[in-house]
Amino acid sequence: MSKTIIKIEDLKRSFTMGEETVHALKGISFSIQEGEFVTIMGTSGSGKSTLLNVLGCLDQPNSGVYQIDGVSIKELTKNELARIRNEKIGFIFQSYNLLARTTAIENVELPLLYSTKTLTAEEIHDKAFKALEQVNLSDRLDHTPSQLSGGQQQRVAIARSLVNEPVVILADEATGNLDTRTSYEIMALFQELNKQGKTILFVTHEPDIATFTGRTIVLKDGHIIQDYINNNVQSAAEALLALPIEED
Amino acid sequence: MRTFLTMLGIIIGVASVIAMLAIGEGSKESIKTQISSMGSNMITIRPGTDVRGGVRLERSAMETLTLNDYKAIEKETKLLTSVSPMVNSGGQSIYGANNWPTSVYGVAPEYLKIKIWDLAEGSNFTDKEVSSAAKVAVIGQTVAENLFKDGESPIGKMIRFNSIPLKIIGVLESKGESTFGQDQDDVILAPYTTVQKRILAITHLESIVVSSISEEEAPNAVIEITALLRKNHKLTTNEEDDFHVISMEEMIKTFSSTSEMLTVLLVAIASISLLVGGIGIMNIMYVSVKERTREIGLRMAVGGQGSDILLQFLIEAMLISITGGLIGVSLGLGATLFIENVLHWPTSVTSSSIVISFVVCAITGIFFGWYPAKKASTLDPITALRYE
Ligand SMILES: Nc1ncnc2c1ncn2[C@@H]1O[C@H](COP(=O)(O)OP(=O)(O)OP(=O)(O)O)[C@@H](O)[C@H]1O
Ligand SMILES: [Mg+2]
Repeated sequence: MSKTIIKIEDLKRSFTMGEETVHALKGISFSIQEGEFVTIMGTSGSGKSTLLNVLGCLDQPNSGVYQIDGVSIKELTKNELARIRNEKIGFIFQSYNLLARTTAIENVELPLLYSTKTLTAEEIHDKAFKALEQVNLSDRLDHTPSQLSGGQQQRVAIARSLVNEPVVILADEATGNLDTRTSYEIMALFQELNKQGKTILFVTHEPDIATFTGRTIVLKDGHIIQDYINNNVQSAAEALLALPIEED
Repeated sequence: MRTFLTMLGIIIGVASVIAMLAIGEGSKESIKTQISSMGSNMITIRPGTDVRGGVRLERSAMETLTLNDYKAIEKETKLLTSVSPMVNSGGQSIYGANNWPTSVYGVAPEYLKIKIWDLAEGSNFTDKEVSSAAKVAVIGQTVAENLFKDGESPIGKMIRFNSIPLKIIGVLESKGESTFGQDQDDVILAPYTTVQKRILAITHLESIVVSSISEEEAPNAVIEITALLRKNHKLTTNEEDDFHVISMEEMIKTFSSTSEMLTVLLVAIASISLLVGGIGIMNIMYVSVKERTREIGLRMAVGGQGSDILLQFLIEAMLISITGGLIGVSLGLGATLFIENVLHWPTSVTSSSIVISFVVCAITGIFFGWYPAKKASTLDPITALRYE
């Protein structure tokens, strides 16, 4: 039996703004096993980002259970949460969130600088280089974000999420800012990483993206309305080839 | 550019601290060397009560010092090498068509030893010439230059001082200007008897100058003189001294305390600009934290802890202030050189003033960087990431 990476039970999160209270998550339960590639779908405002932020330990639930890699995050202090984020989670944002005026490799090195493991500068560089190799960007080490395309920036962000060998990669609309072709390239990359055993949780709007993953969870108004296994996983690499050649 | 403007406060602060301290130290040092070159063993006895800090009495109105005091000091003390009485008079010196306003000091031959003055030409007057109130004089360079304009030797010439004829037997070596801006070469020395009898027509003394056997013994010599004069003046224990003994050491103290006060004042002014600079740093750090909120959020998202963020911003604040400090120190040194070479003020840069400036800069950086950095470190990661 494979290992449970994420386990949530009756997770609730609400936001109070003055008089009004918005219930973004109204009791969510599921678990994710090691090696799964899951998309989370849902209409805008259904609570996808809220859920992912909680899973990424960036935000705290109001109630419910959340265990990541066997650790319950409920009793953790701020610093312990930071450590979980550093060691167990790779987070990818829609807007890349790379440090400007900082080279690709330095951006990738960042999580290692906050690591509690004592690494030499050389080890840090090597690990960052390997992560960039995994996303096929080993020829753009010294480029700053402004010198990279959106797809390349997102690949740097993916490398940054990979560098500390997390137990799960969480991506919030990682392809949201990219065109179809580049989205498929990124999805092909995720499929590749998933094949290597990475557990990936991917939030998206687009139904075609979901066809590339083995499981889909659909949210609506803070509830799970669907959670199904996709037995017919498409290959993003093949879909990429099938795309009409763009004419300039 | 904005960072540079922020640094400006620190730069100006540090530069002025360095320059001000250099001026303060410099004037203190030059006063010290000047005073010691006047003879560090010198002790001056003046009539009148000790009125330092209070109302100064007209000294010439006091006639408590007499020739008897001089003779007693000369005979009955053990800690003194040379003793000279002193009376002086301002007036006009005339030689031929040249005249020059100056002062004549009536002294004993020992006066030159006490002051550590040397003769450039001729000879000093003798004890015999003192006894006979001889009309002889030794003149300083300024007087020599102003009375003997065509370069003739003054030796053997007769000059008149307030219509009293004096024969010049010696010329003093040049001593230059004292710290107090007084030309030490603008002087005529004559036997005190001559000045007393022929010029001033008085019998009392205006002061007695002595030199102690060593600098270390100077304080004891002061005590010895005081005791002797109290006995001679028949003062009872509850009567105040009617004279005033000042050693060089005391004079140095008085003058350096004045310049120290000046230094403190200048440093206070400079500190205010450091404070203003510090507030500038606080401001820019505040803006920086605001502008980089998303970066802070991202750093936290990849595992940066509050303390990492705090440290990062503190180091940045310190870098700004220390860079400012560096520029400030070099600017201050430049200003000091300018003051030294162009304004000809004495200056002295101490390494401690540089070290202190740096430490103050680092502390300013930490102190004023602390609040914005603390604020950054307590941000909530998700709020920070969402910040527009
Ligand atoms: N910080 C917050 N303060 C108040 N309300 C919030 C906050 N974050 C989210 N919400 C609310 O929670 C609900 C869910 O938001 P969430 O961002 O999770 O939606 P989403 O599914 O990611 O939408 P989208 O697809 O547009 O990104 C929304 O109604 C939103 O207004
Ligand atoms: Mg969202």
